[in-house]
Amino acid sequence: MYGWTGKILKIDLTTGVHSVERPELEVYERYIGGKGMAGHYLRDFVTQRWDSPDMPLLFFAGPLTDTPVPSSGRMTVMSRSPLTGTVSDSSVGGSLGVQMKRAGWDGVIVTGRSESLCGIRIADSDVSVVDAQSMKGAEVSRTISAVHAAYGAHAAHAAHGAAVAVIGPAAENGVLFSGIVVDGHHFAGRGGLGLVMAKKNLKYVSVQGSGRTAVYDRDEVKKARERIFRLASTSPVLMGEFGIANYGTGALYDLIHARRMMPTDNFRATQFSPAPTLNAYHYKERYQFKRTGCAGCSILCKKVGRNGEMMPEFETMSHFTALIKNSDMETVVEANRICGEAGMDTVSAGATLACYMEIAEKDLSPGEVAALLRDITHARGVGAGLGLGSQRYARGKGREDAAITVKKQELPAYDPRGSYGMALAYATSTRGGCHLRAYPISHEILRKPVATDRFSFSGKARIIKISEDLNAIVDSLVACKFLFFAATLEEYAQAFAGVTGVQTTAQDLLGVGERIYYNECMMNAMNGFDGSDCDLPERFFASTGTSGDGITVAPIDRDDFLRARSDYYRIRGLDQRGIPTREKCKELGIEWNDL
Amino acid sequence: MERLVKRYADKLITHGLCDERNGMPLLGGLDAELVWNREDPASEILEEVIAGLNINSILFARPSEPYFSILNYLVRQELDVDTDAGGGDDGDGNSDGGAAIRPQDTETRTFLHDIPISPEFDADSIVDALKRRKSVIIPDQGIVAFGTVSPEQAFVTYSSVCFAIFVKFLTDHLYAAAVGVAGKRERKIALRAIADYKDSIRGADDSMSSDKLRKGPFTDGAEVLQAMTTAGRLTVEHRMVDSFFGNISYRLGDVIYISQTGSSLDELSGNTCACPMDGSSCAGITASSEYTAHRDIYQITDNRAILHGHPKFCVIMSLFCENFDCGFRGQCHIKCPEKRFIGDIPIVPGEVGTGPFGLCHTLPPAIVGRRGVIVYGHGLFTVGRCDFTDALSNLVEIEKMCIDRYLDRIEIG
Repeated sequence: MYGWTGKILKIDLTTGVHSVERPELEVYERYIGGKGMAGHYLRDFVTQRWDSPDMPLLFFAGPLTDTPVPSSGRMTVMSRSPLTGTVSDSSVGGSLGVQMKRAGWDGVIVTGRSESLCGIRIADSDVSVVDAQSMKGAEVSRTISAVHAAYGAHAAHAAHGAAVAVIGPAAENGVLFSGIVVDGHHFAGRGGLGLVMAKKNLKYVSVQGSGRTAVYDRDEVKKARERIFRLASTSPVLMGEFGIANYGTGALYDLIHARRMMPTDNFRATQFSPAPTLNAYHYKERYQFKRTGCAGCSILCKKVGRNGEMMPEFETMSHFTALIKNSDMETVVEANRICGEAGMDTVSAGATLACYMEIAEKDLSPGEVAALLRDITHARGVGAGLGLGSQRYARGKGREDAAITVKKQELPAYDPRGSYGMALAYATSTRGGCHLRAYPISHEILRKPVATDRFSFSGKARIIKISEDLNAIVDSLVACKFLFFAATLEEYAQAFAGVTGVQTTAQDLLGVGERIYYNECMMNAMNGFDGSDCDLPERFFASTGTSGDGITVAPIDRDDFLRARSDYYRIRGLDQRGIPTREKCKELGIEWNDL
Repeated sequence: MERLVKRYADKLITHGLCDERNGMPLLGGLDAELVWNREDPASEILEEVIAGLNINSILFARPSEPYFSILNYLVRQELDVDTDAGGGDDGDGNSDGGAAIRPQDTETRTFLHDIPISPEFDADSIVDALKRRKSVIIPDQGIVAFGTVSPEQAFVTYSSVCFAIFVKFLTDHLYAAAVGVAGKRERKIALRAIADYKDSIRGADDSMSSDKLRKGPFTDGAEVLQAMTTAGRLTVEHRMVDSFFGNISYRLGDVIYISQTGSSLDELSGNTCACPMDGSSCAGITASSEYTAHRDIYQITDNRAILHGHPKFCVIMSLFCENFDCGFRGQCHIKCPEKRFIGDIPIVPGEVGTGPFGLCHTLPPAIVGRRGVIVYGHGLFTVGRCDFTDALSNLVEIEKMCIDRYLDRIEIG
């Protein structure tokens, strides 16, 4: 087998026993890897409670991981979300996927619950579950140092490429939007996957591999690689003067502000006047940041300041300024640091603070922002309630209108009144309020592959469906979604065939993406989700955004939205209640469960 | 969707890529329902094609002349070669197998890779080709292209195919003439193509002599945008650019106004960015891929206007090099070591954008003291001191010079 290692590691923390599964090639061809394979293995357990010992926590790399294919160093973490109750996965960077592959594993599936806090150490085929009680409550950086130190000299362990995925105190204290942090800075951030890991009493997973992923045809991979790099160089969003390579995802901040779609004051406005002084350029000036990123990546979208400060991503920059009306850059960096050390999703954290501010009718000083984030981390005072996310907090206060969520997950930093494709994509996302399932910002704002009318639902239902399929396969190969601002599945199909020896086409891969996404729709339906969950907060249909500069930000017409959603259901092969059908499952070769 | 389908079907006509004589384009757009720009029996097969693909739009059209004759010539040539030898190579070692035309221009190299040929107008073979590539040629029938986001993608791909086959045919003919093996049939097609093309750009002379373009230097952004819009529209009208768009900019103080990535030069209203040269705002993240090259030109010259088009004969002449023994043959687009000129115009290597072989490294130094520079296989950049009058007239004049040089060469050959 090329590309895949052909082995999946299963670890039961209740018994401490591990086993090896060797899937048939047919399973790989049907689900590829990453998100697809994780979904395949989650399916039989997805109706369990998220905190059941039987609920698996799945780590899956893809066939392209640990190969020369550009930006393929990522992987997927998946389980059922404590925050939303839906299937939940995150594509995460760092080196964990590469090390898993080098250790000989396409995936690691963790089930059960350890009696006490533990860690998993994987060194090639050597797998051990070890005590980690000394790390209880430890912040992310201290945990990683302790893990490296536990396996020899700290520097030596790290230098040999050991990857470490950890949870921070937020997960241990029950925060519903706690994440899993890889190599200190790369987040499987959304949906509370960190809490799933905490419930298993699992503090970390360390992986070190000494092998290399076998590649079927290196010349073919080289050709695909040249094409992908050539396309990446044409992309102003990726490699341009103002692009992500130079400024990180923060490069989007000015444009989203200029388009008057920056969520402000808990989505009660769409423009934040101090934004021009809080943009990526000013971070670069103040922190003199440098580029860093995932293993083998040429974009290197992450930025680290000269004193080691991690620079906030775009969503963090936006939510910790405009959404909470903060105009102090250092507060953003500090909030990012606190969330990073706590192992907490910055999107949900920022949005939950904004929800709190609206309900409490108060503004927060920089000190109060930091204090509240620490209180959330440690489930103290009001922080205990906020740690349950904005929807549960607002409901407890009788103010559900102030929770700007879809399926209980807080919305990222694109106001849907300025991006109708995003309005539909937020609603239909299988993991709740998420911008990455379809990322219509690509065409509605960034003009790739071509520009579309951001204030129209025309054509968007099919575009969203196709984009969801595309991103599902991208997260399964695994590759970085950013590359698809420039490259297409044409080039990645060539890369996939070169790596695995399995001949395919762009459209064949897109078809696999459809199967993977529909399988998620099926899993959500099995847990009782339907069309009533695929909706936006009332605010977006009732209130205007901040118009000006010739841009009118009107409320979304609800009838138009419902028509587009209905079209989406039809195109996706769901019934008009938003539920999968037996016929479509059969067409896609997916198991059907009576709903 | 109806609006988009009609818009891009009409645009194929106005851009001279389709006409009534050869048949009107058939363009379908699919959201929940499929809509066509017109009724046509071919839609039945195309609906089968749509059903076999995950797409939202499809275009089938027979190109206007001379594209159609060129298309069929290249198809026959490829199928004969393919029958004899099997497969082919696209020049940078990327043989993808199967019957396909493999032009060497930058757009094909970067975006299309190659253009497959389907033997028949039947759904299965079209689906098979479009699963791998953005377009397919049907011998004696036309071109099929698709989009996944908008019918605009199908339009752009179709336009690129027309551009690519034109450039390939005339470049091949030039090489054949240079070594004395040009055939009479090929010569007839070439001369007709040149005559048609010269007719199509004849209107440019009127523009140059009229006051259609605003005089600079400009003093405010509104003036700049108006001038850019007009210059962009004229560039398209004069057939100086097609397919993947080209770009245009103007420097006003320390701000560069530039067309956005993927914006059509004849539709610039609302599709420009204002980029401060000190980089203090990233709002220009959607600026043209060539922003860096434009900025560097402004930094080292006193020009205020830059125009970039893809005039066909500039591209063709750049692809023609008689140094047959050059060790960099096949890598000319990134490694050409020669100082090449057509008249006073340098030809430089360089790929689109900002990569290690990007034209941003080769173009700016070459344009100092010049009215324009040709980028190998790609297109022509021209400059103006005050406004777009010189930039546009340079674009047209240099293209005419390249046509003359081409005609001279095939006569000599």
